[in-house]
Amino acid sequence: MTDLLRRLLRTPQGAVAVAMLALILLLCLLGPELAPRDPEAIDFLGRFRPPGAENWLGADQLGRDVLSRLMVGARATVLLALLATLLGTLAGAVIGTLSAYLGGRWDEAIMRNVDAVMAIPGLLMALLLVSSLGKGSLNATLAIAIAFTPGMARVTRSVALAVRAQDYVKAALARGEGAAFIVLREMLPNVVGPMIVEATIRVAFAVMLFATLSFLGLGAQPPAPEWGLMVAEARRFVHQAPWIIIAPSVAIALTAIAFNLLGDGLRDALNPRDER
Amino acid sequence: MSASWLLRRLLLVVYTVLVVSVLVFGITQVLPADAAVTLLGENATPEALAALRLRLGLGDPLWLQYARWLGGALTGDFGLSMRTGQPVGPMMLVALSRSLLLAGLALALMLMVAIPLGLWAALRQGRAADLVTGLVSYLGVSLPEFVIATLVVMLFADRLQWLPATGYVPLTEDVADSLAHLALPVLTVSLIMVAHVSRMVRSETIDVLHSDYIRAARLKGLPGRSILLRHTLRNALLPVITIVALDVGYLLGGIIVVEEIFAIPGIGRQLIVAVTARDLPAIQAGAMIMAVTYALASTLADIAYALLDRRIRYD
Repeated sequence: MTDLLRRLLRTPQGAVAVAMLALILLLCLLGPELAPRDPEAIDFLGRFRPPGAENWLGADQLGRDVLSRLMVGARATVLLALLATLLGTLAGAVIGTLSAYLGGRWDEAIMRNVDAVMAIPGLLMALLLVSSLGKGSLNATLAIAIAFTPGMARVTRSVALAVRAQDYVKAALARGEGAAFIVLREMLPNVVGPMIVEATIRVAFAVMLFATLSFLGLGAQPPAPEWGLMVAEARRFVHQAPWIIIAPSVAIALTAIAFNLLGDGLRDALNPRDER
Repeated sequence: MSASWLLRRLLLVVYTVLVVSVLVFGITQVLPADAAVTLLGENATPEALAALRLRLGLGDPLWLQYARWLGGALTGDFGLSMRTGQPVGPMMLVALSRSLLLAGLALALMLMVAIPLGLWAALRQGRAADLVTGLVSYLGVSLPEFVIATLVVMLFADRLQWLPATGYVPLTEDVADSLAHLALPVLTVSLIMVAHVSRMVRSETIDVLHSDYIRAARLKGLPGRSILLRHTLRNALLPVITIVALDVGYLLGGIIVVEEIFAIPGIGRQLIVAVTARDLPAIQAGAMIMAVTYALASTLADIAYALLDRRIRYD
């Protein structure tokens, strides 16, 4: 594990990503304590105050401090995106492993259905689910998790099949090792790596999807300081105060970039032989 | 490509449509504990609920409800909109035609930009041009559509006042005005796809450039232009077809958001309106039409791939 971290930090993407994510994680854990002001305190005299000494990133349409709202909102956006990815990955991993393990006709049948489900684009699937579960942060999280499941199932299956065909697994079979040993000691460690890479990149998607659902009014509800919702609410005031839009947009972009970089860095760290 | 492969591929589309229909029906009609309450709200009178249940046939067994719905859907009859009282099937198909115009223009613009850009980055691998395109495409995959759309509107509509920020003018009414209104949405959608596809073109081209047959072509002393056009491009672009097909699914999702922001009455915006108003028949029609469009697009891409790549022999 420490070896992996050292190799990750040696790649340029990995080093940048770890630094950015450390900051984001700090915001998630301590955001409400560190925020300079109350994120929900309304100040009508301070409406649309430009960035300056009073409000470092300016004030919004209700005079609320944009920086404080960003810091408090980190938790909602990032942690729920992580949760959604985790749930989707676990569900996908179970289906994918099962399919690869059963093989033959069962594998064929499961994968045909997974492919068919993937004909529904992710955002559409999330919209459908939110439309029947009802809007709200937790339902949006669940919807994203379900929307991710078929894709993760596909990835898991193909990784598991590739690992199954490796020489070291064949060697273990030839040695007469038990099924549990082969699955847990030989296959699992080699399946987990590519899965983590895929899941990390999907966190970036989840952050964007979650912000998009909130932006469309189907995820987090006002007055929550969720980043996508902040952009949606500020759109009418783009003439008076562009900073209300730019600040959360940059926050979403930086978070997504951080997870994308981490995914790329991990991929390089896990495949030390691949020179490109 | 044999006839039986084609037949099997088409059967797969039919199966996909069936699975999608079960999902769409299941998620929208079965998942809510009581569709009548969902439609009329918590405060509806028991009489109104009973009347609606009867009209929707909610008392019937599920398979019968599904069969009735699917039978209608296959003939384009998805029922009447809960919001407007109009048939939703034709409404969604008209909306789809507007979305396809937007999507087609975005796809064309994307291909015109992404392929040269990816090729250029690959040929300058590791140099400044490669790093800059890499950085820009990173930004492209890390910004959600609504952020790019908002930024594009801020720049081109508010600051520079070059183009209208929102609205839709039919192509048949005024071609120039119609295209002016489509410019920013097309730009938004294609920017994100350019980021995906140019990265893909770059890595495929680099793979091909390192291959044995390119080395052989160089050793034979073929001119650089011929190597690039006849040997590299052809082989590098084949896998890109698959990526573009995958991106169509992404494109359909992106269109939902972009149409909503730019107030284009396409299928995405209709779907959002339907979801917000809990208009079940409209949600079902919109979702089915979108998913079927995607399934058809990816099948066409598969067939195109098989036709273009002579190494692949499906049987």
